[in-house]
Amino acid sequence: MPNFTINGIAAAVPDGTTILAAAHMIGIEIPHYCYHPKLSIAGNCRMCLVEVEKFPKLQIACNTVVTEGMVVRSDTEKVRKAVTGVLELMLIHHPVDCPICDQAGECGLQNYYMKFGLHKSRYDLEDKVHKKKVQDIGGQIVLDAERCILCSRCVRFLQEVTKTGEMEFFQRGDHSEISIFPGRKLSNNYTGNLADICPVGALTSKDFRFKCRVWYLSSVESICPGCSNGCNIVADFKGGILYRLKPRRNDDVNQTWMCDFGRLEYKKANESRLLVPVLREAGKPVAASWDEALMTSAMRFREAAEKHGPGSVAVIASPQSSNEELFLAKKLASEILKTETFGFTSRTPGDGFSDDFLIKADKNPNSMGAQLLGFAEEGFGRAVKAISDGKIRALLIFGNVLSDLSDAEVESLLSKVSFVAQVGTGDGAVSRAAHAVLPSASFAERGGTFTNIAGRVQRFRKGFAPRGKAGNDIEILVGLAKRLGADWKFDGEESVFKALSEASASFSGMSYESLGSGGRAVAGGQ
Amino acid sequence: MTIGVKKVARPEQMSFGESLYLLEIMKGLAVTMGHFLHNIAHNKEIPTIEYPEVRRTMPARFRGCHRLMKRPDGSPRCVACYMCATACPAKCITIVAGESPDPAVEKYPVRFDIDMLRCVFCGQCVEACPCDAIRMDTGWHTPPEDTREKLIYMIDKLLEK
Repeated sequence: MPNFTINGIAAAVPDGTTILAAAHMIGIEIPHYCYHPKLSIAGNCRMCLVEVEKFPKLQIACNTVVTEGMVVRSDTEKVRKAVTGVLELMLIHHPVDCPICDQAGECGLQNYYMKFGLHKSRYDLEDKVHKKKVQDIGGQIVLDAERCILCSRCVRFLQEVTKTGEMEFFQRGDHSEISIFPGRKLSNNYTGNLADICPVGALTSKDFRFKCRVWYLSSVESICPGCSNGCNIVADFKGGILYRLKPRRNDDVNQTWMCDFGRLEYKKANESRLLVPVLREAGKPVAASWDEALMTSAMRFREAAEKHGPGSVAVIASPQSSNEELFLAKKLASEILKTETFGFTSRTPGDGFSDDFLIKADKNPNSMGAQLLGFAEEGFGRAVKAISDGKIRALLIFGNVLSDLSDAEVESLLSKVSFVAQVGTGDGAVSRAAHAVLPSASFAERGGTFTNIAGRVQRFRKGFAPRGKAGNDIEILVGLAKRLGADWKFDGEESVFKALSEASASFSGMSYESLGSGGRAVAGGQ
Repeated sequence: MTIGVKKVARPEQMSFGESLYLLEIMKGLAVTMGHFLHNIAHNKEIPTIEYPEVRRTMPARFRGCHRLMKRPDGSPRCVACYMCATACPAKCITIVAGESPDPAVEKYPVRFDIDMLRCVFCGQCVEACPCDAIRMDTGWHTPPEDTREKLIYMIDKLLEK
């Protein structure tokens, strides 16, 4: 633990810590472009120059290890002058593209120019070296070689993280540029990260291109709902519409990365949503009020249970639901409906692609939570068998898809049940077959926790109010339970989680406070 | 011209003459007629003008109706950077950006609407524009329209001036 002093503040840091990392720990920001905490150190941008006592020249903070008694200054005139010079050099050939550049607003060059630059250009606009703009280099990325400051983050990412090495530096001097090899486009499932790590606008997202200026976006901490890995993300939205998902650092789960499939998950929350409660009478869908829809559903469930016994009622839960919702669904099934026919399935349409990094075969964010809270895959098999045998009179089904069944299979299966109530966000075969559609909130419109494949319980938060008349799943479940005669006193997801942590051994001792932003592993998890 | 306010005490009960109204109407008409005759005699002093045949001369520095500038080839100079919409205190500018067919331009406004009913004519949009693409006309205010929809200027209208 060497002791050192930076800008007059004394601190002790672990052995092998660099000046840049040590300064970050005590809240001093040293400007940098090429340094990234999850990539190797290149030391080529020269922005992090600091003055170290007894060194004749300025040192780069990102690659100088703190030693005992080191005295560092990052706030002297000498440092400032050097950093300003480095910045001016980088801006020499940088195009004046800010009005059309998607990076504007979160650009390293803009931020540091305002802090260290504010100089007039000493270079004529006509003398700038021009390179190829708007290159589709595959994946989710558009390359603008002109805007690049040659920090090599992308090159290192592709060599060290994906190990595919599609990009390299080409040419020399002023004409140096990054590019892909001729005819060989980016071919990995993590290309979106390049847009995140690029400190300037050289690599930008194809999907987000020109959609929205970043300063209009609000962000909320969330969890990617795309697979069971549970990558930590921030969801960026404006006016009730999600615009993009970006990874959030969590060294135990996804470091600072996320996959390309996950990045496009936001579209599901924007498109083909169920927005009003619908009751289907004699085959015709009729928009209903929440009270009508819940009352009718409760009545039909009670009727089925009274006439044909609790065995005629079934609940199919969804691994897309949060722990809180699954806890209430289980409570509803076993305590109020008193049925033994309940279960869930983690099977989804598609090939279940997985790799050895972040992408998992189970495409649901909360299969582990469903299992821990008492739902079983066998239960789903039992429920489907009971439905095809015609034993089920009333069925409560969560989610937009039913296993990997085709639309025709879903239709023929559900036609055997006289009353199907669905709690789901998206339009599909299930909602078209349901007699009561109870539209629910997307992952950005409600709060809760998911349990990932490794058993880590992580919070996702509410960004904005549900679209249309869609309701919060917890409110729907509580509304249904109350109309079935239960005395539930839950107010919001936190109160449900409290009850859940008291009732379930796996979650015992957990609270929203103790989960923090990084989550906690369940008892017995990894 | 200053407008004076004269407070009139209302009697609690009307007299017989007043309750007939006829006399009072005559008195009122006499006042109207007095003004009418006065205005005929002193025509030049009337503060109203016969718009739209007669129009006021605006001060030289007045800036009113917006226009979008064009490039020499006729395409909009605007690159949909949203600076004007960001600067606008009335939030009256709606822009939707798109990929320009011209690769040298890259970004252009697919939609550019100004809600003239909301605009407060502060000129911040003109000030913010990095491309000198939006300007405000001198000499004349926003022409009146008979429906609200017509006062939401779309990109075609803003470009054609």
